[in-house]
Amino acid sequence: MPAPAHLFPLIRNCEIGRICSTVCYCHRKHLCCFSSHFAHGHFRCAPQRKFAALCRPKENFNQFIHARDYASTPQRFYLTPPQVNSILKANEYSFKVPEFDGKNISSVLGFDSNQLPANAPIEDRRSAATCLQTRGMLLGVFDGHAGCACAQAVSERLFYYIAVSLLPHETLLEIENAVESGRALLPILQWHKHPNDYFSKEASKLYFNSLRTYWQELIDLNSGETTDVKEALINAFKRLDNDISLEAQVGDPNSFLNYLVLRVAFSGATACVAHVDGVDLHVANTGDSRAMLGVQEEDGSWSAVNLSYDHNAQNEHEVERVKMEHPKSEEKSLVKQDRLLGLLMPFRAFGDVKFKWSIELQKRVVESGPDQLNDNEYTKFIPPNYHTPPYLTAEPEVIHHKLRPQDKFLVLATDGLWETMHRQDVARIVGEYLTGVHHQQPIAVGGYKVTLGQMHGLLTERRARISSVFEDQNAATHLIRHAVGNNEFGTVDHERLSKMLSLPEELARMYRDDITIIVVQFNSHVVGACQNEEL
Amino acid sequence: MMFLRLLSDVRWRAANPRWRRMTCSRRSTSSTAEPHPISLPAQAQVVICGGGIVGTSVAYHLSKLGWKDIVLLEQGRLAAGTTRFCAGIVSTARPVSIELKMADYSNKLYQQLEQETGIKTGTRSTGSISLAQTQDRLISLKRIASSLNVMGIPCEIITPKQVAQLHPLINIHDLVGAMYVPGDALVSSADVSLALATAASRNGVQIHERTSVSHVLVQKGRVTGVETDRGQISCQYFVNCAGQVGLLNFFFLFFPLVFTPSLNSLPTSFLSSAAIVDPDGRIYIRSWQGGILSGGFEKNPKPLFTEGRNQLEIQNLQEDWDHFEPLLSALLRRMPGLEALQIMQLVNCPETFTPDMRCIMGESPTVQGYFVLAGMNSAGISYGGGAGKYLAEWMVNGYPSENVWPLDLKRFGTLQSSRTFLRHRVMEVMPLICDLKVPRWDFQTGRQLRTSPLYDRLDAQGARWMEKHGFERVKYFVPPGKDLLDLDQSKTFYKPDWFDIVGSEVKCCKEAVCVIDMSSFTKFEISSTGDQALESLQYLFSNDLDVPVGHVVHTGMLNEKGGYENDCSIARLNKRSFFMISPTDQQVHCWAWLKNRLPSNSSLTMEDVTWKYTALNLIGPRAVDVLSELSYAPITPEHFPSLFCKEMSVGYANGIRVMSITHTGEPGFMLYIPIEYALHVYNEVMNMGQKYGIRNAGYYALRSLRIEKFFAFWGQDLDAFTTPMECGREFQVKLEKGMEFIGQEALLEQKQNGVYKRFTMFILEDHDTDMDLWPWWGEPIFRNGRYVGKTTSSAYSYTVERHVCLGFVQHFDEKTGEELVVTTDFINQGEYEIDIAGQRFQAKAKLYPFSSLFTHRRRKDEMELSDLTGKR
Repeated sequence: MPAPAHLFPLIRNCEIGRICSTVCYCHRKHLCCFSSHFAHGHFRCAPQRKFAALCRPKENFNQFIHARDYASTPQRFYLTPPQVNSILKANEYSFKVPEFDGKNISSVLGFDSNQLPANAPIEDRRSAATCLQTRGMLLGVFDGHAGCACAQAVSERLFYYIAVSLLPHETLLEIENAVESGRALLPILQWHKHPNDYFSKEASKLYFNSLRTYWQELIDLNSGETTDVKEALINAFKRLDNDISLEAQVGDPNSFLNYLVLRVAFSGATACVAHVDGVDLHVANTGDSRAMLGVQEEDGSWSAVNLSYDHNAQNEHEVERVKMEHPKSEEKSLVKQDRLLGLLMPFRAFGDVKFKWSIELQKRVVESGPDQLNDNEYTKFIPPNYHTPPYLTAEPEVIHHKLRPQDKFLVLATDGLWETMHRQDVARIVGEYLTGVHHQQPIAVGGYKVTLGQMHGLLTERRARISSVFEDQNAATHLIRHAVGNNEFGTVDHERLSKMLSLPEELARMYRDDITIIVVQFNSHVVGACQNEEL
Repeated sequence: MMFLRLLSDVRWRAANPRWRRMTCSRRSTSSTAEPHPISLPAQAQVVICGGGIVGTSVAYHLSKLGWKDIVLLEQGRLAAGTTRFCAGIVSTARPVSIELKMADYSNKLYQQLEQETGIKTGTRSTGSISLAQTQDRLISLKRIASSLNVMGIPCEIITPKQVAQLHPLINIHDLVGAMYVPGDALVSSADVSLALATAASRNGVQIHERTSVSHVLVQKGRVTGVETDRGQISCQYFVNCAGQVGLLNFFFLFFPLVFTPSLNSLPTSFLSSAAIVDPDGRIYIRSWQGGILSGGFEKNPKPLFTEGRNQLEIQNLQEDWDHFEPLLSALLRRMPGLEALQIMQLVNCPETFTPDMRCIMGESPTVQGYFVLAGMNSAGISYGGGAGKYLAEWMVNGYPSENVWPLDLKRFGTLQSSRTFLRHRVMEVMPLICDLKVPRWDFQTGRQLRTSPLYDRLDAQGARWMEKHGFERVKYFVPPGKDLLDLDQSKTFYKPDWFDIVGSEVKCCKEAVCVIDMSSFTKFEISSTGDQALESLQYLFSNDLDVPVGHVVHTGMLNEKGGYENDCSIARLNKRSFFMISPTDQQVHCWAWLKNRLPSNSSLTMEDVTWKYTALNLIGPRAVDVLSELSYAPITPEHFPSLFCKEMSVGYANGIRVMSITHTGEPGFMLYIPIEYALHVYNEVMNMGQKYGIRNAGYYALRSLRIEKFFAFWGQDLDAFTTPMECGREFQVKLEKGMEFIGQEALLEQKQNGVYKRFTMFILEDHDTDMDLWPWWGEPIFRNGRYVGKTTSSAYSYTVERHVCLGFVQHFDEKTGEELVVTTDFINQGEYEIDIAGQRFQAKAKLYPFSSLFTHRRRKDEMELSDLTGKR
C-alpha cells in the first residue's frame, strides 16, 4: 500500500485540508472513496478496515478537522520512553524450544511475537502451537475485519483442523475410540499463548463437535496414504471455513452461541499459517497477511524471500482467478477501487458469508437470526452486483520451502506491518537484531581530512541507531518499534513513536493498522545437519 | 604453572603439555636454508625471549650486574610489539608501593639513557596531571600524592584553576581537583627500547632478531636450553619477556592526531605541556610529534586470544571508530577546542592484562632457571625499567632488592590459569585500570572457584564474600531482617556501612563465641620414615620444632637474610609427622620453597592437604564450653592449654584435629575437620553453641581482633624483607636450638647490632571514626614531623574504640638520610602522625599490645540483662 505512506507526511504537515477539499479522500484503506450510489448515508457503522465504511462525507470532514488540531499541537500528548516501552511490550511473547541434553533437536529455536492494536478492540489474532502427535510447529497470524469474531474463532480452531488433518489413521481412531468410551484423549496441540490470547469457553463444546465430525469423516475416508502437508493445510482451511458457514446456518439453541456463530460468519479473517517440521517449511496463506523468510547472505547482509502471495487487487493472478470464476458480464464490477465488489480488500478470507452465501440464504439467516443481527444495517446490506456467489474462498495457497542453513528466521505479519515497511528492511532489522550485529560499514578515515568534531558527530549518530536495537528483548517488539517510529532515515524517532502511540482511539486507526508479528528463529545447526542427512 | 600453559597456548602449540618428554626426543636442529647474518651461539648462560621494552630492560640490567653471556631473541624486530604502540607516558602515580618504585626507577633510568648511549629516546620531563571529576577520585589521588611525596617525588594536589594555568586547552568545569607530578616524563618507547638494547649489546649481550623460540628444554626440573627456528641454544636461564603471555590481549586504543595550523592553531605551549590523565573519562592525552595523541581504556574491551597463532609482529587491528566513540566523547569533553583538529590515524592494538592488574615476575615454581616478566597491564613503559632491574637482581643475587611478592608469579594458583577464568576476569580487569579503587574492593568475575563445603550454608545465613587466591571467604554476615547492603555504600574511603555488623561480631567473639570458616588456609603434611622430617624442618624453620607430640609452634620460614618467606603454625602430630598451616596465598610459593629445599629423599613425603580439611575457628571465651559439650575429651585449660593439638571426635565425627589457637589472640580453638564431616560438625557446633550465644563471624571481625592485638599477618605486614627481630617475634626464634637453620646468621647479627626498622602499633588519637577518612594501608608515618615509614595494615578496634594502624618505623639520619638502628627508646620517645590522603592524625606508638585486652573479664556488677540475650 504505497499510497497511504506517501500521504502520511502530508497529513502531519496539516496539508490535509487541501486533500479534503476535494471531497473524497483515501487514507490507508479503511476509509474509501465511495461511488455516489453508496453515499446515501443509510448505513451507519463504525469504520471497518476491510470494508468500505459508509459514512457521510461531512462527518469525514469533521474528523479531519480533529486530525488537524492534533497535528498543529504536537506536544499535547507526549509519552516518556518507559511509557512507550510499556505500550509496545504489553503483548509481547517469547517462546524458546526447550533443549534436551543441551541440544535442541528442533529446527526451530523459538519465536517472538507481539501485536500493537490500532482498532479498539484489536481485530488481529495470533496463534502458535506444537503438534504433539505429529512433529512440527504451527504458527499463524489472523487479520480480522468487520469485527474480531471470525479472527478469534479461526485463531482458536484452525490449528486443530490442521493437526487433525495431519494425523495418521490409527491416531484418529484411537482418539475417536477414547471419545466414545469416555477415556482421556490424546493431546494433539501444545499451545504457546500470551496471557491476553483468550479462548472462548462457551463455544468450545460446539467447536469440538464440529472438529469431531471432521475427523470421523477422515476416518471413514481413510485413504491409507500418508498425509501430505500441503493437502492437509488446504483441507483444514476449507473445512474450517465450511464449518463456520454451516454453524451459522444451523444456529444454536443457546442464544448467546447463536449470536456468536453468526458474528463469526458475518465477519471475516485472513490467515497466514506456517508449519515447520525439520527442514520442511510450509506456509498456507489466505488473504493479505504475509510470510517472509530472512536469509543471511555469505557477506553477512540480509535479504528477504517471500513465502506467500498477497490475495488482493495488487496480485494479477488473483484478479485473474476471480474473473475466471465468474461470468464475463461481471468482469467490470468484480474488482472496483482495488476491492472485491468494490468493498473487500482481501480476495480470500474466512467467514464473510456476505460474499459467499446466496442472497436468499443471507436473507433467511438474518431474518431468523436474533434481533441484534436484524438491527445491524451491515449484515442486512447485500454487496452490489452480487450475481454469482460465492465470490470469496478460504482456500489457501501453500508454498513449500526446504530450509537451508542460511535461512535464519521467518516473519509472519499482518498487513499492518507490510504497509509501513518494505520486506527488505524487515529482513535487515530482524537479522541485525537477532545476530546482535549491526551491519554498519566500519568507518575508516583513510586519507580524508576529517576533524574530530565531524567524527564525533558521525559516531554519535551511529550509536543512536544501534542503541535502539538493545531496548527490546523481543524481535517482534523491535520490528513494531521500527514500523511505528521510523523516520525518513529509517531510524527510530522517539518523538514520532511517542506521538503515534498517544493517538486517541478514534484517531489511531487513521494513522496505522493493527500490527501482529511472529518472528520464528531457525536453528541453523539442526537445519544443516538435517540437510546433510538427506543428502 | 599458569604461565607454562598459557605460553604453550601462544607459542608452543606444537609443544603442548608433553613438552617435558620432548626434550630428549627432539634434539636435532632444523636450521633452514634461510641465511642469517649472524649464527646463533650454541650455548649461553641466559636466553631472553622477547625484544620489547621488558626484554631489553632485563638484558640491560643483567649485563650491568656483570652477566655477559646473554642472548636476546626477538621473533620480529626489536620494539615492534606492544612497545611500538605505547603512548610513552612514564607515570609514577601508582597506588602499589613496589609499582611506584619501579616507575620512579624507570623514569630516572630513561632520563640518563640518552647520555649513556647517545641514542635519542625522546625523553621530555613535561610532568603529568591526573584529573579528578569526583571527590572520591580526589581522595585516591591525595593518597597517591602522600606516598609520592615521602618517596621524594615532587607532587602536589592542585585546584581546577591551577590546572587551567598549567594546560591551555583543558575544560575544568567538571573537575574537583587534580594531582600534578612535575617529574613525570614523555618518552618514545620504541627508542627507549632500542637504547636499552644498544647499551646491553655494548656490554656483550647478543641480540638476534627474527628468531623465534619454539620451546624450552627442561631436564630434571631445570632449564637446559631453548629450541628456536634457527637451532638450539643450551642455557641455564630462560627469561620469558614475550609480552602476550597468553594473558589476553586486550583492546587498547590510542590515536595520534595531527593538527593542521590553518584550521586551528594549537597554542605552542601545548607542545611542552604535561601529559593529561583523566581516569574518570578513561582517557589520557599527550603531545606527540607536533600534534596530540590520545587513548584510553574502554569500558567494554574486546578480548583477543592469540590462539596458537605465531604473530611475528603485532599488526594493527582494524580501526574501530564506533568502539572508540565513548573515548572520543570524553576527549572532546575534556578539550572541546580539539574539535577542529584533523584526525591522522586511529591505532588499535592489543595489550596484555593479568587477573589482578599487577605484572607477573619471578621464577617458575616447578622449573628452575625459568624466569618470567610479563603482563604489564598497559604500563610497560612505566614499569619496564624497574621491573627489568628487579628481575635481573633476582637472577643474579637470588632475590631482588625490594619486596616483589605482589608481583611474584607464585601468587597465582593453577586454577587461575584456566582460559575461561582469564577471559572473564580480564574483561573485568581492563576497565578497572581506570576505575576508582576504594578500600576492600573485590573482583566480581571468576568467583566461587574454591569454596568451603559450608559455602551454601553460610551464604544462606547472610554471608558476604571476598576472594583470596581463588577461595571464597566470608567478610561478615548481614543479620536477618536487615536490608541487603548497597554495594556502593560499602565502597567508600570513609566509615563503611558494615561498621555495626562487624562490631557486633567482634563483641560476640569477646563475650561469647563465634565461628569463622577459615578453610582457605594452606595446609601441608610433612612426614618421614625416620627423623628426616624433623631434621629438615629444624633447618627450614626458625623456631624449635623438637617439641613434645601434640604441641603447636608458631614459626617463621625465613630466607638467608632472616626475612619471612612464610609465617606458619606447625603442629607435631607424632614424632615423625608435622601438620603445617600457612596463609592462603602461600599454596604455590611455600610448596615451591619447601620442594626446592627438602632433601629429595623418598623417605620424606610432603602432601598438600588443603582441600582435605575444612577449618572452623571457634573464637571466644565460651568456645571451651561449646567444645566440651561436643566431645568426651577434657578440654579445660588444665588439660588443653594454649598451643596444643589433639585429634578428637566432635559429635559423631572423629579424626578432627583441634588446636588451641585462634590466630587472633582470643581464647578458642581451630577445628581441622575432614571435609565429609564439615557440615555435621558445623551443625553440631551451632546447635550446641546456641545456649552460649554462638553466631557466625567473618574475616573483618578477625582482622579487627588480630590488629588490636598487634598480630602481624604474612602478606600484609610481613614479607621477605622483614625479620622476626624487627616485628617483636624474637621469642619465635630459637637461635640456640642446637642446630643451624636458614637465616640464623642474619638474625644473630641483627640481635647484636640492632634492627633498622621496627614493627609498631599506632593508635589514632584525634581521628573521628564517623567523619574522617579511614586508614587503609600504605599511609606514611611521621615522627616528630619527619617521615619514618609506612603502615602495612589497619583496622578499627571496637574494644579501644579507636583506629589501630600497624606499620614499620625506620630511623633516617637527619642529615645524611642514612638508615640508623631503631631502638625502643627511639620508638617510645616520639610524637607520631599518620598521613591519610594528606591529612595528618596524631597517633600513639606502642611496641606491645594492650595487656588489658588479653585479660578482659566482665565484673559481676557490670552485668546487665542484655547479657542474658542471644547475640544473634
